[in-house]
Amino acid sequence: MCTAISRSDQVRGAAKGAGGWFPLARCTVGFDHSTHTPDEHAVLIDFANYGIGTDARVGVELDLDSARVLLAQLQEAVDRAEALDSGDD
Amino acid sequence: MPQTWNSFNTGMQLAITAQTIEFTAGGGDPVHAYVARPAGEGRYPAVVALHHMPGWDEFYQELCERLARHGYAVICPDLYCRFGHGTPDDVTAKVRAEGGVADDSVVADSAAALEWLKAQPWCSGKVAVMGTCSGGRHALLAASLVPGFAAVADLWGGNVVMAEDQLTAARPVAPIDYTDRLQVPLLGLFGNDDRSPAPAQVDRHEAALQEHGRDYEFHRYDGAGHGFFYYHTPMYRPEQAMDGWEKLFEFLGRQLGGH
Repeated sequence: MCTAISRSDQVRGAAKGAGGWFPLARCTVGFDHSTHTPDEHAVLIDFANYGIGTDARVGVELDLDSARVLLAQLQEAVDRAEALDSGDD
Repeated sequence: MPQTWNSFNTGMQLAITAQTIEFTAGGGDPVHAYVARPAGEGRYPAVVALHHMPGWDEFYQELCERLARHGYAVICPDLYCRFGHGTPDDVTAKVRAEGGVADDSVVADSAAALEWLKAQPWCSGKVAVMGTCSGGRHALLAASLVPGFAAVADLWGGNVVMAEDQLTAARPVAPIDYTDRLQVPLLGLFGNDDRSPAPAQVDRHEAALQEHGRDYEFHRYDGAGHGFFYYHTPMYRPEQAMDGWEKLFEFLGRQLGGH
């Protein structure tokens, strides 16, 4: 399968890659050919700053179940952070 | 049993050359390409190989070398060259982040690669274009839009048939909509377990080819999905892959006068 499913957005933060920490510029999430998982396809997540170089990148490949776990974790963390901000937690 | 694989005479002197070159690609841009060809004197039928979505990678280097060992001169342009350099997966991730390589860019690079080949003293002048995955789709686009190719091989190219909401600025036209412009013989290899292209999409493409009276042959494999030639992945299916290679060599031999 060759999906071309991909979305890229600007993000702010930092990531630790092979060369150490670097400021993030964008995050890209897709579902397509995996490079290193045993599955044919994976949810592909790239935290990157291509202004620094093509290797300023932290790549993650997850199967769908793992991606759902990550999604739930992110949702919970964001919900709790927003509750803190609003004084509900 | 395959007729091509492992059929060489052990007494022959086999030699190929393979190296990265820089050539003038679409828009006059300097672009890297991997070129593999028989090393001996002579003029060889040739292939423009368009790499797959995972990039200008080691599989494609080895694909070029295999074709060269069987008598073909091959150029494989780095379609992602303008995005920068790094490991193939890093470059591919950058290309993905930027929305993918544009069809127009690939077609222009294919045309430039064709002209570069035809200018070489070791090229017979008969040139096919081929690719796998997105490269299969790109090969079909190039064969439809660039005059001068003698044949095209689309190996499991996805998104030949596209819904309206799949069209983007980078990929504005579904290749199936250029079927009326395809003037050269087409070989297609597909796995019946693939979801892109799904068998129903291959059916639609085949119907369009028939409707336009095009010269094509499709081989569709049970027990195989996408990328069944990819021996470095779990998608590899050795029996189907070896038969597919045989079909490819038969096709190239027939269309280009190779062997």
